[in-house]
Amino acid sequence: MAVEFTINGQRASFSGDETMPLLWFLRDHARLTGTKFGCGIGACGACTVHIDGEAARSCLVPLAAVAGRRVTTIEGLAQGDSLHAVQRAWIEEDVPQCGYCQAGQIMAAVDLLKRKPNPGVDDINTIRNLCRCGTYPRIRKAILRAAALMKEETPR
Amino acid sequence: MSAVLSRRSFLQVSSTALGGLLVAAHWPAGALAQRGPAELGVFVRIEPDGRIVVGARGCEIGQGVKTSLPMLIAEELDVAWSQIEVEQLPYVVIPSDTPQGITSKYGPQGAGGSTSIPEGFEPLRQAGANARWLLVQAAAQQWGVAATELSTREGRVLHSDGRSLPYAELAAAAAQIDAPKALPALKKPADFRIIGKPARVADGRDIVTGRAPYGIDAHLPGALTAVIARCPYFDGGISHFDAAAARRVPGVRDVVVIPGPEVDKPLDRALAAGIAVIAEDMWSAQKGRDALKIEWREGPWASDSTDALAKRAHEAVSRPGIAARKDGDFENARAAAAKFVEAEYTQPFLAHATLEPMNALIDLKADRALLIAPIQQPGGASRLISAMTGIPRVNIDIRLVRSGGGFGRRLENDYVAEAVYVARAAKAPLKLMWTREDDMRNDFYRPFGVHALAATLDAQGTVTGWQHRVAATARKYRAAGMEEESDWIGCADPDGFPAGGVPNYACEFAPLEFGLARGWWRAPLPTFVAFSTQSFVDEVAAASGQDPLVLRLKLLGESRELDYRDHGGPKFHTGRMSAVLKRAAERIGWGRRLPRGSGLGLAAHFVFGGYTAHAMEVSVSAQGELHIKRCVCVTDVGVVVNPLGVDAQISGATIDGLSTAMNLEITVEKGRIVQSNFSDYPLLQMARAPDVEVEVLRTDFAPAGAGEMGIPTAAPALTNAIFAATGLRIRRLPIGDQLRRS
Repeated sequence: MAVEFTINGQRASFSGDETMPLLWFLRDHARLTGTKFGCGIGACGACTVHIDGEAARSCLVPLAAVAGRRVTTIEGLAQGDSLHAVQRAWIEEDVPQCGYCQAGQIMAAVDLLKRKPNPGVDDINTIRNLCRCGTYPRIRKAILRAAALMKEETPR
Repeated sequence: MSAVLSRRSFLQVSSTALGGLLVAAHWPAGALAQRGPAELGVFVRIEPDGRIVVGARGCEIGQGVKTSLPMLIAEELDVAWSQIEVEQLPYVVIPSDTPQGITSKYGPQGAGGSTSIPEGFEPLRQAGANARWLLVQAAAQQWGVAATELSTREGRVLHSDGRSLPYAELAAAAAQIDAPKALPALKKPADFRIIGKPARVADGRDIVTGRAPYGIDAHLPGALTAVIARCPYFDGGISHFDAAAARRVPGVRDVVVIPGPEVDKPLDRALAAGIAVIAEDMWSAQKGRDALKIEWREGPWASDSTDALAKRAHEAVSRPGIAARKDGDFENARAAAAKFVEAEYTQPFLAHATLEPMNALIDLKADRALLIAPIQQPGGASRLISAMTGIPRVNIDIRLVRSGGGFGRRLENDYVAEAVYVARAAKAPLKLMWTREDDMRNDFYRPFGVHALAATLDAQGTVTGWQHRVAATARKYRAAGMEEESDWIGCADPDGFPAGGVPNYACEFAPLEFGLARGWWRAPLPTFVAFSTQSFVDEVAAASGQDPLVLRLKLLGESRELDYRDHGGPKFHTGRMSAVLKRAAERIGWGRRLPRGSGLGLAAHFVFGGYTAHAMEVSVSAQGELHIKRCVCVTDVGVVVNPLGVDAQISGATIDGLSTAMNLEITVEKGRIVQSNFSDYPLLQMARAPDVEVEVLRTDFAPAGAGEMGIPTAAPALTNAIFAATGLRIRRLPIGDQLRRS
C-alpha cells in the first residue's frame, strides 16, 4: 500500500519502505533539496518543514506518519514570485552567511509567528535550530521585522 | 607598466605582473556575429539581452566571497551593483607555458587563511578595469572620437557632449577590440562607488527560497549514493566482515572495501579503512550500512586517550622544547626578577562540525572526471583525483557550489578520495554522503595543546621576561614532506604578542604524538594561542597590581612595525593593535565599578593581517550561571570591501568563539572519539548567543580577509571577564561546568 500525502499542494505517493524519514523522501525522491540534512537526530533543525502547518523535523518523521497530511517545504513557502514576509525580512536583514541552516530557520520562524504574531525576544529565543555561522543576532532582528511586515499585510 | 603586449597575451601577462592571475584567455572570434554573449575577459560577460554577468571565482563557504569578489570587478567595470548578475565560476585548469604546464584559468580559487580579499583586491579590480577599457574603446570607435573624451558611469559610456551608450550596445564591438598596450589605470579609493558600500549576500533570494545549490543537493542522472562504515580506531583496519545481509537490503547495489592510511604514512587520501555500501538512495545506503557485520582491527592507538595525552603534554612543557624564538635570556631574567608568574592553559581538540556534512558527487569516465562537492581547495581536489586516476588535470572539471560552512575542514579532500575509490567500483556517477556521526568522528581536528606561560617582572612592575611553551600534535605529523623546522606552524606563535616588547623572550614547542589527524580550524594559530597569551597577560596584571588594559598597552609599546614571519605577516603593527584595544575598552566603559558577580574582560590579537579586540561584560550568579551582558568587537581589517559582510563575519565568528569556549571539545577514550553528534557536541543555541556590537575602524591599510578575525579573542575576553566577576580563572577550555556552584 502506498503512502499518500501532499507536498506544497501537489499529490505525492510512495510505495517503498515507509520507515524512510520524510527528509530523505523529499531530497532523494521528490528532489526538493531546499530541506537540508544536518544531524539526523532532530538536534539541528536544518530539516524543518511544516506538517499540517506545524513545524516538524523531517529527519525524525517516517513516511508512514505523513499519510494523508499536508507537507510544506521551503520551496512551497512563497506564493509564486511573491515571497513570504519571513523570507523578505531574511533578505532585508541580510541574515545568511553559508545559508545552509536558513531554510530550516525560516520554517521555524514562520511557525513561531503563527503562534506568536507579536513575539518578544524570549519567544524568538525558543527556536532551537542551530546555526554554525552564528547568524543568531540577525535571525532575531529578521523575525521582529517579519512580524511587523505581516501586520502591515493583514487587512484589518 | 608600459610593456607592449600582443592582444593574445595582454591579460595573461598582466596577471603575471599582478601575482598569478590569468585575467583573460581568449575572445571567441565570430561568436558575436551570431549575437552570442560578449566575453570581456574571463570574469565579465554581457548577454545579448543586456544582462551584465560577473563571475565569482572563490569557494563560497559562508565567508561572503561570492559577493565581495564580484564587487571588486564591478567597481572598476563601473556599473551599479544592482545592474549585475553574479555567476559562480567553476575551477578550470588550462594548459600554460608555466613549468607545471598548466594553470588555473581564474587564478587562486581556494578558501583558506583569509586570503581571498588580499589576493583578489588588485587583480580582480584590474579585470574589471580591462573590461571597461574595451567598452570605452568600442564607444570611441563608434562615435569616431578619442577615448580620452569619454568616461563611464553605471554601465554607460558617456561623451563630454552628453551622448551616452549602455554597455550592452557596445559589448559585441568591445569583444573584438585589440587589447591595450598597457594596463588600464585603476580608480582612486576616493572614487569607489561599490567598494566600502554595504552589499547584501548575492545569493540571498535563492537561499531563502531553498533554491541555492549546495554540494549535497547536486545530482547527476543515474547517480548512486554511498555511505561508508569507517574503522573507529585510528590506524586500525578491517579484521573480518560479512556483507551478506547488507546486500539483501532493497536498493543496495554493491559493497566495496576502502583502503585506509598505512600506519605512520601521510594522511593524504582516505582517513580510515572502511566498507562502502552503494545504493539507490541515502536511506537504503544507510540501512545497508547498518546491516554490515564488521570486526575492526584496533590498531596501535587503541589504549590511548585524551586524558593520557594531557598528562604527556603537561610533562612536555615542564622541559625546554624546540626553540622557535629566543630573545635575550629568560633564565637570567628569572634569576634577577622581583616577581615571577606562571600558569598553564589547556585547549581541547575541536571538530569543525560544518552544518553540511562532507559529501562529494563524482562522475569518473575513462579520461575525464566531473566533481561537484563542497570544497575549499579545488586545486588540491584536482591534483588528488589526477593522482588517483591518472586523468590529466585539464580533463578534470570541478563545479563549485556553496558550502554549508567550511572553517578549514574542507581544506582536506579525504572525502573526495573516498568518492573516487567508491566511484571506480560503482561504474556510475557516485554521490558519497557522510552522516553527522561520520563527520564528527572522522575530522582533521584542531590540535589539543597545553600552553605553559611564565613571566618575570622587576620591582617597578615592568615585564622583563616572557616564556611560552606549547606542547601539541605537530604539523608535520602525518603530513607529507614536512620538515622538522615547521613543526610548530599553527601551534606556536614565536613572533606574536608580546614578542618584540619584552627583552628576554622565549617561545618553545614540544611535538606530541597522537592518533588523531590534525587539521586547520578557523584562524588556526591565533585561536590556538590567543586564549593563553591573552589570559596570561591578565594574570600578570593581577599578580602585579596593574590594570590589564594598561599592561597590554605597555607591552605593545610605541606604535611601530615588528617582524612577523608567520601567516599574516611580514609585519605586525603595534599601533593598530593598541587602537582596537583602546576603542574596545572605551566602548565597554572600561574602568567602571561593577557590582559583585559582574565584570569586564578584554583581549586583543593580530589575525592574518588584521587586528581584533573583544570587550565583554558578564555576570555570574551565585549558582554559577553565566550571562554575557554586552559583547563588543572592534577590528581593523584595513580597507573594507563589503561592510555588511565584514560585520556578519565578525559577529558570527564571535559567536563561534563563544560557542566553542563554552561547550565544545572532542575527547578520545580507548583510541576512539567519544562525541558523535550535536547532542554531545552542543553548538550554542540562539538563546545563549549575545548580540555582538561590531565596530570596524576605517583605515586605509591594505585589506585583510575578515572571515577568521572575530574568533581568537572571544574566549579570552570572556574568561577575563569571568575572572573580573568572580576571581575564578578559567585555564582549561571549554568552560563547561567549571563555574557551577553546588
